[in-house]
Amino acid sequence: MPETTETTRAEALRPHAEEAFADELAALAAADDRPRPARWRLSPWAVATYLLGGTLPDGTVITPKYVGPRRIVEVAVTTLATDRALLLLGVPGTAKTWVSEHLAAAVSGDSTLLVQGTAGTPEEAIRYGWNYAQLLAHGPSRDALVPSPVMRAMAEGMTARVEELTRIPADVQDTLITVLSEKTLPVPELGEEVQAVRGFNLIATANDRDRGVNELSSALRRRFNTVVLPLPATAEAEVDIVSRRVDQLGRSLDLPAAPEGLDEIRRVVTVFRELRDGVTSDGRTKVKSPSGTLSTAEAISVVTNGLALAAHFGDGVLRPGDVAAGILGAVVRDPAADRVVWQEYLETVVRERDGWKDFYRACREVSA
Amino acid sequence: MTTAAPTATRPAGPLLLGVRHHGPGSARAVRAALDAAAPAAVLIEGPPEADALLPLAADEGMRPPVALLAHAVDDPGRAAFWPLAAFSPEWVALRWALERGAAVRFIDLPAAHSLALAADPTWGDEEDEAVPDGPGGPGADPRAVRIDPLAVLAETAGYDDPERWWEDVVEHRAHRAHRAPPVPGGGPGPDAAAPRPGPAAGDSSGPSAPSGSSSPADPFAPFAALAEAMAVLRETHGDGGHRRDLVREAYMRLQLRAARKEHGDAVAVVCGAWHLPALTAKTTVTADRALLKGLPKVRAELTWVPWTHRRLSRHSGYGAGIDSPGWYGHLFAAPDRPVERWLTRIAGLLRDEDRMVSSAHVIEAVRLATALAAMRGRPLAGLTETLDAVRAVMCDGSDVPLELIRDRLIVGDVLGEVPDDAPAVPLQRDLTRLQRSLRLKPEALERELDLDLRKETDAGRSRLLHRLRLLGVGWGEPVAGRSGTGTFRESWRLRWEPELSVRVAEAGMWGTTVLSAATARAESAAAGATALAEITALAEQCLLAALPEALPAVLRALADRAALDADVGHLAGALPALARSLRYGDVRSTDTSALAEVATGLALRICVGLPPACAGLDADGAAAMRRQVDAVHEAIRLLPAGDAAVGTDAGAGVDGEPRAAAGAGPEAGAGVAGRWTAVLRTLAGRESVPGLLRGRAARLLLDDEHLGGEEAARLMGLALSPGTPPAEAAAWIEGFAGEGPGGSGGGMLLVHDERLLGLIDTWLTGVPAEAFTDVLPLLRRTFAAYEPGVRRTLGERVRRGPAARAPSGGAEPGAPGFGPGLDPARAAAVEPLVRRLLGLPAAGERDGGARSTPEDEDEDDGRAADDGRAADDGRMGDDGRMGEEERVGQEGRAEAGGRPADEGRVGAGR
Repeated sequence: MPETTETTRAEALRPHAEEAFADELAALAAADDRPRPARWRLSPWAVATYLLGGTLPDGTVITPKYVGPRRIVEVAVTTLATDRALLLLGVPGTAKTWVSEHLAAAVSGDSTLLVQGTAGTPEEAIRYGWNYAQLLAHGPSRDALVPSPVMRAMAEGMTARVEELTRIPADVQDTLITVLSEKTLPVPELGEEVQAVRGFNLIATANDRDRGVNELSSALRRRFNTVVLPLPATAEAEVDIVSRRVDQLGRSLDLPAAPEGLDEIRRVVTVFRELRDGVTSDGRTKVKSPSGTLSTAEAISVVTNGLALAAHFGDGVLRPGDVAAGILGAVVRDPAADRVVWQEYLETVVRERDGWKDFYRACREVSA
Repeated sequence: MTTAAPTATRPAGPLLLGVRHHGPGSARAVRAALDAAAPAAVLIEGPPEADALLPLAADEGMRPPVALLAHAVDDPGRAAFWPLAAFSPEWVALRWALERGAAVRFIDLPAAHSLALAADPTWGDEEDEAVPDGPGGPGADPRAVRIDPLAVLAETAGYDDPERWWEDVVEHRAHRAHRAPPVPGGGPGPDAAAPRPGPAAGDSSGPSAPSGSSSPADPFAPFAALAEAMAVLRETHGDGGHRRDLVREAYMRLQLRAARKEHGDAVAVVCGAWHLPALTAKTTVTADRALLKGLPKVRAELTWVPWTHRRLSRHSGYGAGIDSPGWYGHLFAAPDRPVERWLTRIAGLLRDEDRMVSSAHVIEAVRLATALAAMRGRPLAGLTETLDAVRAVMCDGSDVPLELIRDRLIVGDVLGEVPDDAPAVPLQRDLTRLQRSLRLKPEALERELDLDLRKETDAGRSRLLHRLRLLGVGWGEPVAGRSGTGTFRESWRLRWEPELSVRVAEAGMWGTTVLSAATARAESAAAGATALAEITALAEQCLLAALPEALPAVLRALADRAALDADVGHLAGALPALARSLRYGDVRSTDTSALAEVATGLALRICVGLPPACAGLDADGAAAMRRQVDAVHEAIRLLPAGDAAVGTDAGAGVDGEPRAAAGAGPEAGAGVAGRWTAVLRTLAGRESVPGLLRGRAARLLLDDEHLGGEEAARLMGLALSPGTPPAEAAAWIEGFAGEGPGGSGGGMLLVHDERLLGLIDTWLTGVPAEAFTDVLPLLRRTFAAYEPGVRRTLGERVRRGPAARAPSGGAEPGAPGFGPGLDPARAAAVEPLVRRLLGLPAAGERDGGARSTPEDEDEDDGRAADDGRAADDGRMGDDGRMGEEERVGQEGRAEAGGRPADEGRVGAGR
């Protein structure tokens, strides 16, 4: 059984953060001589370095996992260190899940204690369930109890993650209140409780735009420190993020590296930013915004997609035609309204821009 | 510490206290050091002319923040400020000396010299002390070139932000002095002993260990350490590009020597840390005297002025502008636990704004802030940490409430007060003088003031009020005058609020006379304005306020901005104010030729850009564009006629008698007005232009008689032809018949031009039922804006139907209850009176007059309102055709006020 797991892991389509960056985590742990909170793998300082990148005294380069304001990461890590739960807010595609995964990986060395929030997430997913065969055969006992990721994290002093907290029905959300304030999870059926040991904490992510779905009760909200992850502040930062991620994804998909990809990436990022902000990058022309969010994550997937196209059907060089279809798909979410927006943008902005002729033609071909 | 600086230990020499201006930590340290040393004399960096004013600082009525203001007597525009807050070390030292009865003296270079030096180009702008206030003050940035001593120290310590470094090693030391005294230049220092909660405490990455600090209680230790660090810095960097500093320091040394002669070593000096090494430098009196020889000099006057926390953040006087005076004030005032108190205050503010913030929030915020500080290796949570914590814990990650906190707490609204017997601010003095000479007393009671700008006094009053408005002193608000659109009348609502005195003091930053201050303010606003319309509005204000010196700068900004701005909407938005300016400038006999040029250029660019900009607009866009077309139309009528055509004939403007193009008729066609007419024609005829705009263009042309009635009817027929989508046609009608900008009734047009009404009627009856509901709102919007009387007349017209409108050739039937035709005798009886009302020459004197009015008087009462309107609206036709027309015209009476020419043609046509 263990071997199978190992093989699966080696070939996993997307390894967990703690596996993908095991080397960096090990190097950081070795170099880290600052005090660590109980059951933390690294000191808060090292966790921040892990996320923001840097160079260790022994020369190990830590790649940045999150490109954005340092303040945000520092507040997030400090929050975890002060046993307050952390709520990451942001529009879709602002790396909320990404940050939460890496935080959990760096703090606890395990990012898998995860509850995915959906409209159908039951209470059992947050508290505990029962193995009914056991329950019927032997009655209620610790053996018949199936602990949730949160319960396991509490018992072991790990970091639990709750994705899309606001999608979880309000009554289920509120089961977290006791966990977060009393740090205990009663099991009335057994007359026991599971008390969180030191090191336990919880990271939740929630979508800004979904705020109305199941708004957090103020009682629960009060238990979280909130950190809003912004969209990248500048075009350069976004290009940086996109090219970095595309590079990582490309490697894990065995795509050949595209030599001149950066120009195309910059173009994709520019298009996304302009449509998102509703104004061209020189601030001169207004454009309409489509209904989609056009997040950085989507830009990444457009470019990755384009790279795959270029690698398998093209000459290996990322060309406008390779990204055009992807952009169209990302922009035109609502076939009626968004298509107009896109056409208008194409004709008024793209067409006039120097050096964008090829891109304009490619987009015209795809849109037609 | 070693003894590189002789001041390191108290007994040797005078007590030198190097400070950071407006640093609360420095202030505390200064007080502690003064208490410990009890010097007989305190010397403070500041203009020595203010020595006489110093006792005022102990006055009951004096509340910081205040500032020392120095200005040149003969050139009031040259001035400098030395602001002092409660937490300024200089203020603390001053108050300490006054309380203890110690001698206190300012020792910086006299303002007489520094003001003169600031104006002397050979001395350059290397130092921002005594930079003249106003336009150059905040804008000019000598900081970029000079070496910032603190930045170097901070960088050495591994800080990217010198402010934070200073905060860590000095400002916060008072709160942790008993644990581990900070060492400037040595980084934040190992803090393993700091009993901070949170796991990250104990950042031991300090680049160097503290080297031999004195006992923690030593109040002189930080100053000694600072002096040493500065000495090293000065050795490395020399004067750091502060050439004027050498002179200032020479003067300080001389003053120090003089004081030591008097008081021995019982002298304390409080000055910027940068100057410390210079004060101990071994120089001779002669050398220092030589440096000071031949300095330029002006006569300077000094006074205390109230200051505000907001102003403290500006770079002026002491140079060190600070971003967070409220926070510093808090640090200085808080007796203990500054972070806890600060966060409690923030919670209180948020609660007042109805945000739910509990004590639990405050507790968590304090924990997060302290843990953050520990993680960042800071000795105490600073402003950044507390704000990060507030954002995460109290504000749900949102920045919006933080803006409030920044405004109310971090900057704060603290106003200083100055005792009444302090010499007045020059600007206030100038204002008082003007108030007296213009006989315009400041009164708290609100009152209205009507000004006739042709009178000298009234014009002066208007200028003063406009200038004050520019300066943000809202003494008077212009109100829509009773005199309507007259250009030589202005109405103001005056009210003097007590806080306006403060505004005057604040505006004192811009200059020392109302004129110079307003000029400086306008120039600075022109440089900072972003929207084109802002600048044109500013140009207008400049003219109203008679600021000829500011005008070039404003016009330059305007020309630059207009040249870059391709958006016709912006240009169109900018033109009206400009055109108004021209007209007003004219009344006030200002030279507006430059303005006229810019306005003409702007208008031409609008003419070029408008047709493309009008194509393919949606309904909202067209509506917005219609307003702009109207505004531009009005504006272009105001522009001096023919200046483009005649070329350099701007002299007309100088004479104060430029002809207005309004109503000047087709002969003005060659200039901007001609271009504009052509543009309107293009708009009216172009298919791709939305119906609303086409209709509007046609209407404007018709109004200006560039379009005959025949042609108008043709255009309307085209627009309303059956193939046109009903909505588009309705939009055309809205544009054509809708109310104009100046209330020029579109309804009257339809009342008087039977044919146009007939066209609309025909079209409307032809609209298919299913399209009618779509068109209805548009039509309703058009017709609902008409006056009730007009609506009713129209309704009656329509009810009578086309048959009634058919030309009868004979005497037309009168209104119900009246006989047919006219009664010329009765009409003639009223005519003289109407002529007098309208100011027309009596009949017979001239061949022309109120042709229509007599019959109007005869109308039945029910229609009197309409007809009165008609008489107002209608143009006076020539009398000669009256009789015939009346007979030929279909409805006779009501048309009477309308357009005789059209009617004539209509009548003849049928």
